[in-house]
Formats: sequence, structure tokens, C-alpha cells
Amino acid sequence: MRDLAPGLADPPHDAQRLFRAVLDAISHPGRVVELIDAPAGPSGVGPAATGCLLTLADRDTPLWLGPAYDHEAVRDYLRFHTGAPLVADRAQATFALLSPEVAEFDGFAIGTDSYPDRSATLVIEVAALGSGATRRWRGPGIDGASRVAIDGPDDRFWQAWNENHALFPCGVDILFVAGRQLAALPRSIAVEA
Amino acid sequence: MYVAVKGGETAINHSLELLADKRRGERSVAELSLEQIDQQLSLAVDRVMTEGSCYDRSLAALAIKQARGDLIEAIFLLRAYRTTLPRFGDSLPIDTTEMLAERRISATFKDVPGGQVLGPTFDYTHRLLDFSLAAAGERPLAPTAPTEEPLPLPRVGDILQRDGLLEPPSQGDDGHDLTRQPLMFPASRPLRLQNLARGDEGFLLALGYSTQRGYGNNHPFVGEIRYGHVPVSFVPEELGFAIELGEIEVTECDMVNQFAGSHDVPPQFTRGYGLAFGHAERKAMAMALVDRALRADELSETATSPAQDEEFVLAHSDNVEASGFVQHLKLPHYVDFQSELVTVRALREEVERRNREAAAAAAALDKAAE
Amino acid sequence: MSESIADASPASGGPDQAYNYAYLDEQTKRMIRRAILKAVAVPGYQVPFGGREMPLPYGWGTGGIQVTAAIIGREDTLKVIDQGADDTTNAVSIRRFFAKVADVATTTSTEDASIIQTRHRVPETRLREGQIIVFQVPIPEPLRMLEPRETETRTLHALSEYGVMQVSLYESIARHGRIAKTYNYPVLVNGRYIMSPSPIPKFDNPKLDRSPALQLYGAGREKRIYAVPPHTPVKSLDFDDHPFEIERWDECCALCGSRESFLDEVIVDDSGKRMFVCSDTDWCERHQR
Repeated sequence: MRDLAPGLADPPHDAQRLFRAVLDAISHPGRVVELIDAPAGPSGVGPAATGCLLTLADRDTPLWLGPAYDHEAVRDYLRFHTGAPLVADRAQATFALLSPEVAEFDGFAIGTDSYPDRSATLVIEVAALGSGATRRWRGPGIDGASRVAIDGPDDRFWQAWNENHALFPCGVDILFVAGRQLAALPRSIAVEA
Repeated sequence: MYVAVKGGETAINHSLELLADKRRGERSVAELSLEQIDQQLSLAVDRVMTEGSCYDRSLAALAIKQARGDLIEAIFLLRAYRTTLPRFGDSLPIDTTEMLAERRISATFKDVPGGQVLGPTFDYTHRLLDFSLAAAGERPLAPTAPTEEPLPLPRVGDILQRDGLLEPPSQGDDGHDLTRQPLMFPASRPLRLQNLARGDEGFLLALGYSTQRGYGNNHPFVGEIRYGHVPVSFVPEELGFAIELGEIEVTECDMVNQFAGSHDVPPQFTRGYGLAFGHAERKAMAMALVDRALRADELSETATSPAQDEEFVLAHSDNVEASGFVQHLKLPHYVDFQSELVTVRALREEVERRNREAAAAAAALDKAAE
Repeated sequence: MSESIADASPASGGPDQAYNYAYLDEQTKRMIRRAILKAVAVPGYQVPFGGREMPLPYGWGTGGIQVTAAIIGREDTLKVIDQGADDTTNAVSIRRFFAKVADVATTTSTEDASIIQTRHRVPETRLREGQIIVFQVPIPEPLRMLEPRETETRTLHALSEYGVMQVSLYESIARHGRIAKTYNYPVLVNGRYIMSPSPIPKFDNPKLDRSPALQLYGAGREKRIYAVPPHTPVKSLDFDDHPFEIERWDECCALCGSRESFLDEVIVDDSGKRMFVCSDTDWCERHQR
């Protein structure tokens, strides 16, 4: 087995800071946060994607990899550093790492009316946060409305998002990542053009 | 001039010192050793291990010493320590047919293969205070049976089961662990049994007793109670085969209950099951009664009594939770009480105002009538 | 035997080194962190979590402590209050716990705190963006006293079937001429979930509405976590003809003269003479200057 890239340098403290950045992001949907402590990770996966998976995933959270990430190097790295079981069936996944191209929300767990928390969190790697097409986001965590720019998802993606939002309180949640940056889109948020 | 109460920190420190002092007691009296607690208060150790969900006699003895003999406090101490321990994996299920039994009785048959073995029991003691224990002095060792190779003891339940007279025990485990995941309803039977094993002995005893008095009666017979040593094995992932880790003492109660049957299944007796660490017959029996009562739904019985109510029983069986929540009433609640005071005063004022107005109106009417 | 215990004891070598940072192991923290993220994503919904046995008793803040332990870091400044005061014994005890296991700065100043753990009060000082307030919750289910069964209340939440709560408030009006609920006054979060704000006096309810701070609620014994994100509408339940009202006092604080803060009533002598002082000790001290 080839040498794996290192994981978190100082696990308790790095994970704590990374988590607080993710918490800040999901509490303020659309806000772009820097994951300063995120490790470089395997080739083909950005530090922010690596950082949030290393912070949140473990042997209790099945992980689904999109086609762009389903390579041996990525699998080995994530399996070794998180212990998360890699699953082929997206319905079983607690977390998923994917690019916006394959982002159809169909098939991921959306929770149930009684247990809406039993839903997947999708980590979606995009070209850039803070540039690209701008949309108006509204909902809990946002004071009124905010304009959020993400370079990557197309109209079809946002249409699928609105269908997801309509399922509230069920639905998936998204963490958009690009390089060291992250922005969160919980299911509670309505997105307009 | 009023000054708000300060100095919580100093007060806590003093309280901790006082507590430690009281724990030690009169210094001229020899201090208890953990070995003494383990050996001479062994049933207290057993209870703390059972309800603390941690088989370690010396840790349980330490907890009892630290808790000044308050067993619920000791259970709490042991659990809070246990929760910080790393987990290596799950042991294989223990097999009580492999038990080296010190005691084994059945109430359903006069004699059973392997015999009725009384062993050490309070059952036939006359409850007369033994004043000779108040004085120091060694006791002679009890005579023991001639040492032959211990024979395997078949379970009475298995014999009945072979004839189809008793339902087989339910199989399988959903992997759910109450110490790692929250309790959800409806709960599976393995989960219920885990909850009952950790549950307060007094609570289970009272509930079990209530079933005998008609609140969910299920006509129990003690199929068998056995107490002794069983081996514990574990399969390390790197080895791939079982190795024996050691032995633990357990008490098992297999209760044979009211028969059930349907069109497809001819009538057969049903089971209630109890298991506890160490020698704990009262706990194992109470657990078996409550386990059976909680199977009302599964066996198409009408659940009408507290012991048959899964949410009621499982949500209130844990004495560490119960003790904490009951005792939290000692914490200051003066903000909420102030809130209530403001409202009660306002409500009282309103009633008084209405009474005054009514009285004035009545007086005016009287005057007009004159 | 005692030797083996000394080796196993977490106390050997000092409690702060023997346990993981912030007491909880990393796996437990991850589990709680995941629950917190889902709680924020579904405001007001109670997320079940694998609550651990903490070294403090159930009912004394184990839920709040687990939430705080899962989020706290060395850069944080922690404030802990009980009944609004920093120096009540349980607040002192919890603050000591974190100072010891999380190597964290503590403060009594609401403004200076990045995390505020509280029991029964929301500070009078308006919270700001970036702050996190962690509530200790005894009974997370707002419908529990109307329907004791978890299986039932979970269905009621799933269906948004909150008639039982409306009926209970209406009965209070029929009986007392007003809604007589004074603390743990139910709220509707973002128009979807009815939520227990924890046993804060209803005086504090308006502070929850569209607060710029993140609100996290932890119930240890009941093993639930829920949250209200910043800027989220939190409406105290009421009726058009019986609008929600908060407590008022004719008196002002005898120490600082404040007329806007929640007042504690103190009995000062045997004849029952009373005085009123701020429940929020930090606020009171600031206003005495």
C-alpha cells in the first residue's frame, strides 16, 4: 500500500476548530468560512472536503463517494483516517462526497417525518465560493435574505434543491467546499434566482 | 445593606473536604480496605457491577468505599468511569450451560439432571441476628463436596423446550447498545433486557411484585435459577478465532410462564429471562417477571398494568437518571418560582377586585331595594 | 489489587491529563457534533443523541455540559450561569469542570464570553453574533406534561398536530382569565416546531426571537439536542385576544436601580420584608458602576 497523506495534525484541537467553522457556516447559511486547519488530503480532494470529513465521519457513518472521487487513493485515505464504511448504495450514506454534476438528491436518505435527522449530509466540491452565479437565500440563520455566489451548480441543480427544500423537515443538507473554503446549505433554506 | 450571596467556590471546597472527612469517619477505627469490601460485602459489589454495567470487583469496591456505602451513588461512580473506557469490541455471548454452578434450583420439578444444589443462600437462614458476628473471631471453613470433575448442567428450560412444551428463547441482537445510543420506542427485547439488567433492583422488584398481585399476572414458575462461574470469550479481529478472556460470576433466572398458543402453534409455556452479575437472585427474578410482563404485545395479551407498559418501565428503571432528576430539585429554582409568584399575585388581585366589585354592586342593589 | 486500580484510575497523574481534552472522547464528540449540525438544520426539532454518563448527576446540566464539551476549544471564553448568577454553586461547579478539563478562559462578563452555558435564564445583555448560548434542558419535550408517551409526542410533532397545546393554553384562560404559564413557556420555531425554551421565565422568551446568537439546547437524561439558528423567528404561543405578556414588577432593583431586568425577590427579615434585586448578576454589577 502506498504512503497515505497525513490526517489531522492535532486531532482534538484541529477537529474542534474545524467543527466550529462548519457550525458557523451552517448557522449562517451562505457564509463562506475558511478551514485553516484542514489537511491537504489525498490528490483530487480539496482540503475543506477532507477537513470536514475527517472532523465528522467515523465508523458509525457510512460514506458514499461520487464517481469523481471513487478512486483507490481517496478510498484508502478516507477509510484509514475516518474508519467510515464506504458504501455503494447512496441510501445508506450518512455522508457523501460528490461534485455538483452528479448531484441529484434522489436516493440519499432524507429522514422521516418522525426522525428528519436521519438524513444524509452531502459534501459537494465546487469550482469556487463567493464567485459565479449569485442567488438569493432565505431562511433560518439568515437575517432577511442574502446573496450567495457559487461557481459550479447549474439550474438543474437548483431546481433539485427546491424540491429538497419543499420536503422540510425532511431533506438532505449540503456543505459546499472549494479549496479551503466551505459554505453550508441546510434543508431549511429557500433559494431563488 | 443587602449583599448577594457569594463564595460558591469556597463553599464547595469546604463541602468536599467535609465529605472526605465523614467518609473516613472516626480515625481510631481501622480504615476499610477494598479487599474487605470485595470479600465481605460481596453482594453489594455484585449489585454495583450489575447496575453499573461493568464487571470489575475492585472498581466496584472502590466506588462503594468512595460513596460511603450508598450503592446508587457507587453505581453512578462506576458508570461515569466506564463511559470513558475505550472499547475493543464485543465478547461472544456467554453460555450458561458451561457454568460451574455453586447453586442451582428448579421449582418446576422435584428433581432435575444435575440435582438441586442449594449452595450459599439466605433462603433457609432464620432471620435471627447473629451476635457472634459482633465479636471478632475466625470462622471455620465450610465443608465442600468431594471434588470431581464438574458435570455440565443441562438447563431445565432446554429439556422442556425439546418436548415443545416451552417456547425457544428469542435469537439475535440488533446491535443496539443503550450506553451508546438513545433509548427508542418500541424497543427490541435485547434492548429491553439491557435496560432491565441496568435497572434499579428496587424498582424492578416492586414491578415484578405487582404482576404477582394481579397487575399483569403471568403465572410464573421458577424454571431454574443458577449461580456460578462462566467463561467469557472474545474474537480479536487480527486472530479470527475465540480466546477466553476470563471468567465472570452470574446469576441466571429462567422463568416459565403462562402458556400461549394459536391456530398454528400448539399451546406452550412462555419465558421471562433475568441475568445479573455476581449472586443476585432477587434482581434476576424481578427482571424475569418484568421481562415477561413487557412481552404482552408480542404474545397478544392486553397490556393494562404498569409492568406491561414498555415506555413507563424502560424510561423510569434507571436509578442514576432517577436519582439525578429527583435530587436536582435541590438546585435553586428561584427564578421560576419568582415567575410563578408574580402571576399568582396578579391572579389573586384580579379575584379580589372582582369580589370587591360584586360586593359593591350587591350593596347598591340592597340600597335601591330599601 | 489496589495497585491495579491505581494504574487504571483516571486520577493518576492528575485529572486534566488522564482524560481527553474537554473530557469526552473524540468519537463521542463527533457523534454530538453531528447531532448539533442536524439540530441547526431543522430548527426546534429534538435530535436524539447517544448521551453519555457524565461525572455530574443527571438533571444538573449533563446535556448542556455535553454540548459545551463538544464545541469548546482553547480559544473560547466560557461563562456559566444558573438563575442568572455566575456564583450559584452549580454554575461554579460546571465552570470549574471546564476550566479543569478544557483549559479554557472563564468570565462572568456576558459581552466577553464566546460560549454561555445557562440554566433557567437568558442574560439581560443582548447577545451578539458569534456567541453561542447553551441551555441546560430537563424535559426537552414541550408536550410531555400533556402527553407522557414519547411515541405519541413524536407523532404529534411529525404531523404538526399541536391542538393539544392550544387546548391546554385555552383551558388556562378559561380557568384564570389569562394564560397562567409562567416559565418553560412554549414557543413555535420558524413556524414549524413547538419547542421548550427550557425553564427560563417567560420574561426571557422575547430574547430568543431572531437572536443574533446561536442557541443550542442539551438534554442529557432525555438524550436530545435541539437548536435555534441566529435570526430565526421564535414565537411565544398565544391567542389574538390573549396576547403573550411578560412579567412586570412595580419595584426596581434595590442594588442598581434597573427597571428592565428580571428581579429576584429576597426576604430580608422575619416579618417578611422583601427587596428586589437583579437575577442577572453581571448586568447588575455593570449598572451599579
